Amino acid sequence: MTATAPVLDVSDLHVSYGDLAILRGVTFSVGRGEGVVLLGANGSGKSTLMRAINGLAPATSGQVTLDGTPIIGARRATLRKARRQMGYVFQQFNLVPQLSAFQNVLFGVMGQRPLGILNCINAVARSEDRARALDCLDRVGLADRAEHRPTELSGGQQQRVAIARMLMQQPTMVVADEPIASLDPKAGREVLDLLWRIVDDEGLSMLCSLHQLDLAREYGDRVIGLKAGTVLIDDATGSIDPARLDGLYEGATRPEDATGAKIAAA
Amino acid sequence: MSDQTPTIPRFRSPSPVAWIIAVAFLAFFLQGLWAADMSLDRLQRGALNLARFLGQAMPPDFSNWYGIADAMWETLNIAIVGVTFGCLFSIPLAILAASNTSPNRVVRTVARLVIAVSRTIPDLIWALIFVVAVGLGPLAGILAIIMDTIGFAARFYSERFEEVQKGPSEALTSTGAGRLSVIMGAILPESFASMTATSLFSVEKAIRSAVTLGLVGAGGIGVELSTAMRLFRYDDAAAIILVVLVAVIGFEQLSSSIRKRVI
Repeated sequence: MTATAPVLDVSDLHVSYGDLAILRGVTFSVGRGEGVVLLGANGSGKSTLMRAINGLAPATSGQVTLDGTPIIGARRATLRKARRQMGYVFQQFNLVPQLSAFQNVLFGVMGQRPLGILNCINAVARSEDRARALDCLDRVGLADRAEHRPTELSGGQQQRVAIARMLMQQPTMVVADEPIASLDPKAGREVLDLLWRIVDDEGLSMLCSLHQLDLAREYGDRVIGLKAGTVLIDDATGSIDPARLDGLYEGATRPEDATGAKIAAA
Repeated sequence: MSDQTPTIPRFRSPSPVAWIIAVAFLAFFLQGLWAADMSLDRLQRGALNLARFLGQAMPPDFSNWYGIADAMWETLNIAIVGVTFGCLFSIPLAILAASNTSPNRVVRTVARLVIAVSRTIPDLIWALIFVVAVGLGPLAGILAIIMDTIGFAARFYSERFEEVQKGPSEALTSTGAGRLSVIMGAILPESFASMTATSLFSVEKAIRSAVTLGLVGAGGIGVELSTAMRLFRYDDAAAIILVVLVAVIGFEQLSSSIRKRVI
């Protein structure tokens, strides 16, 4: 861990959908160059937390700051500025299926160029951006697939294109929402290796949610365990008792379980 | 299974509302039949008239082929120019009308209203209105086709935008891209195939409309057709109808083969 100010700071974050409180006072921070694994059962609020950090899900209260820029309640321009610093890797890759891998990677700089898309379409993009996009594809080992559409690539390859798009963005912080959950174990490990290597090489900070406890222990510097919308564990990976991790998946793991809206057993 | 297992009836009586609708529909239908004065005698005379018309229409008279070709050409001009502008105007309107791309509720409601009005008013009535506004001739036809196309294309474009999967646009939003960039980068490419199909349907529809627009003086082959019919030159009329048939079928074939290639 570094002694400098944290890159990402989340304090007392609350998010609700209607009456249901999904996140109920989440507080943690991620230091510069730190790789944090986020664990928690399905429905414990991991995805919502990550979406709220990027401003994709509206927060009820609390604050998220990225490199000192507040995100919750920020004006559109400020929010967009913060988002440019944050690479997001999705479980479902979220590439535009009709466009080539190369064009999808070029879209990584969409937020950073004046006129947005009009400056990052292949035909008119700056030559240095085009060169860098190809370089990003090369770093994920897919330079030879640049002109293929995502549908012509395997799941693992699609996620690597998405990682190249994130790399193109030159972020300071990476948020990865179950990046390997839709992949088979072998492809998943390859993608995770690649993602973590790139994050290390670039000295980026990362918050990555996973479902595999062994992978979490292997890759993460630190583990944050989310249960029913609150942080239950926040410790360096080495010092966590495996039994505590198992506890994340037992009993009332979802916010609706904890708020008393229990489903009667049949 | 226990003794309490319920028996399931084979039939269920329709609800009272369904009864009322069915009876009202039947009454309206019978009243309509009666009002149209359908009698065997009239149908018989009609069949005879039709036979006489066909007799006079055969063989079709193509001696005015130059005039017919010229009018058909003008019809295609009206259709293509009108549908091109109509589809172009439909894109921004559809973006304003679709719930996932519209900036706010008020704009969305207004855009939907504009589209609904263009759709609800039939093309012939648009043509009548534009003949008053810009005078007789193809310009009135083009404007009528534009309105008719907007009502059709903008609606289907916006429905397609709403069906687009959220993921890719969310991914672009997460990089700090602006709204319009996200729409152009993710939503338009994802809708492209469907928009092409809709646009081709619009062209087919526009050609069929453009044929009839001449009946109210908005240019095209309809002017020739209505003149021929009024002068009882049924063989001329038959030639015009055949040319229209060939043009419409020809374009439908062309457009369906393009559609197959795109989708």
